Amino acid sequence: MNKIFEIPLYSYQRSDDQDASSPVRHPVVVIGAGPVGLAAAIDLAQQGVGVVVLDDNDKVSFGSRAICFSKRTLEIADRLGLGDPLVDKGVQWNLGKVFFDDRKVYEFNLLPEEGHKRPAFINLQQYYFEEYMVQRVRDLQEQGAPIEIRGRNKVSAIGTHDDHVTLEIDTPEGSYNLEADWLIACDGAGSPTRQMLGLDFVGRVFEDNFLIADVIMEADFPTERWFWFDPPFNKGQSALLHKQPDGVWRIDLQLGWDIDKEREKRPENVIPRIREMLGEDVKFELEWVSIYTFQCRRMEKFRHGRVIFAGDAAHQVSPFGARGANSGLQDTDNLCWKLKLVLDGQADESLLDTYDVERIHGADENILNSSRSTDFITPKSEMSRVLRDAVLDLSEQYEFARPLVNSGRLSLPCTYEGSPLNSADALNGPERSAPGSPCPDAPLGDGYLLPQLADRFTLLTINADAPDSFEEAGITVHRLALSTQDDKTRALRERYLGDNDSAVYLIRPDQHVAARRPSFDDSQFRAALRRAIGKEHSA
Amino acid sequence: MNHQDQLILTPNIDRADDFYADLLSAHEGLSKPESDALNARLVLVLANHIGDRDVLKQALAAAALNKGE
Repeated sequence: MNKIFEIPLYSYQRSDDQDASSPVRHPVVVIGAGPVGLAAAIDLAQQGVGVVVLDDNDKVSFGSRAICFSKRTLEIADRLGLGDPLVDKGVQWNLGKVFFDDRKVYEFNLLPEEGHKRPAFINLQQYYFEEYMVQRVRDLQEQGAPIEIRGRNKVSAIGTHDDHVTLEIDTPEGSYNLEADWLIACDGAGSPTRQMLGLDFVGRVFEDNFLIADVIMEADFPTERWFWFDPPFNKGQSALLHKQPDGVWRIDLQLGWDIDKEREKRPENVIPRIREMLGEDVKFELEWVSIYTFQCRRMEKFRHGRVIFAGDAAHQVSPFGARGANSGLQDTDNLCWKLKLVLDGQADESLLDTYDVERIHGADENILNSSRSTDFITPKSEMSRVLRDAVLDLSEQYEFARPLVNSGRLSLPCTYEGSPLNSADALNGPERSAPGSPCPDAPLGDGYLLPQLADRFTLLTINADAPDSFEEAGITVHRLALSTQDDKTRALRERYLGDNDSAVYLIRPDQHVAARRPSFDDSQFRAALRRAIGKEHSA
Repeated sequence: MNHQDQLILTPNIDRADDFYADLLSAHEGLSKPESDALNARLVLVLANHIGDRDVLKQALAAAALNKGE
């Protein structure tokens, strides 16, 4: 049987650009057709920005790789027009079990908050995620959107200039040159772009290796997340078992940093371990095995003139907590509306420096969480192991110790606290919707709030008067007028009003709150809009 | 800082000698690793009872014998 990741999805095709007498200039070139690069391209193309995606391969990613996609990612995917296939295919789970040594210490039910269109997260193989994205690109192309994926186009040289980037590209039919107003590098952890520009990472560095295996089970096995600390079949390390669609189970075995990768990968070494993990009588077939090495660190800055880095190319974390692809999609979510304004001349290039400010904040939060998980899972000293084991032993009997158990804190969207694009909070309202926060979803009539807030600046009014739209700095802001009379579940009140009778929010195209006040004030909201596009610098 | 946010560093244990004897007897017959594990669990149980992060920070500083804290 051919697996989806073995079939070329964007085969090499000769482009007219290869026969042009001088290099053709595109508004945006994206390097890398992974989830992050494709998200950037779809986002820009939906806004009418011409974009070419270059990838040295022609297939979706091999093996399952990223498998846990968070609610925020699904909300972004909704904005990109591919939320439904992801959620329809993905597996949802609520029950988790924690094992320590040879025993189960406790289990938990996630009980996600009600009143959100999307679940807390889904499990889905990265190759499906990419396949749906490529399908979305094809749909956009049919609608005439300016978007292309060029397979087996390998960038071999990059020239940086004040107002553009030049690219030399190798193909099966020889090389050609391209120019781009802006280059977005989404070419992964080993980013050749980063290396070609002579850029490196800063910060705390640690390295670990994981054996990642996709296993097909023959018998029924519960849809639960199982996490082992220090199990007999992987002494001193951790292990994770997660359900994916199509009866495929994902197994992550932590290996430590000083290992013989080729030896660990051999089926005769992998299969006995998995048998010990699942039990002697469970029949399974090994679909895919890989060794994944990660480092936990980031670039000093993500924007280098006309070259902007996103996803793993810019920052890397451990797999605990699903912060890789999920944070990469928050990168492009943050970047693309800003880039569109800059390309249209509605904002200065300096707006893109706030991509650095906001997403470095996000990357640091992810690195912090991921480092803490790693410190718990792989204690670095004798006493940290004693304390870790004490937490796990207590967790078996006492509920109080369970919040201290850290097998990865699941990715929550970043709040851009202190961003220069935020206006001072003028509403004594709920903290979760303060300026900088991603808007929490809420039920709205037969549907949900978030789809109403996508892709443009929105003035959200709750029990408050305001004009239906206003124009400032060349941008039209449309009002979404809501009332708590229709708020049957009280989610809108709880998430946006708190104790206030009314509220007015200015919401960015990426669904983050820019400003909020108890009522509409023309000059304040005009200033807030200018601030949100980097044109007003006083708070 | 109100009274509840303040770590108590004056005598506060009822019948201190009895408590100390209880502590020693809890460790009786344990190996060094077992005792270390017991102490670690005890710290976590007590820390949860206190709960207040400010008090816990003061306790960590007091235990480190940082004079002048």
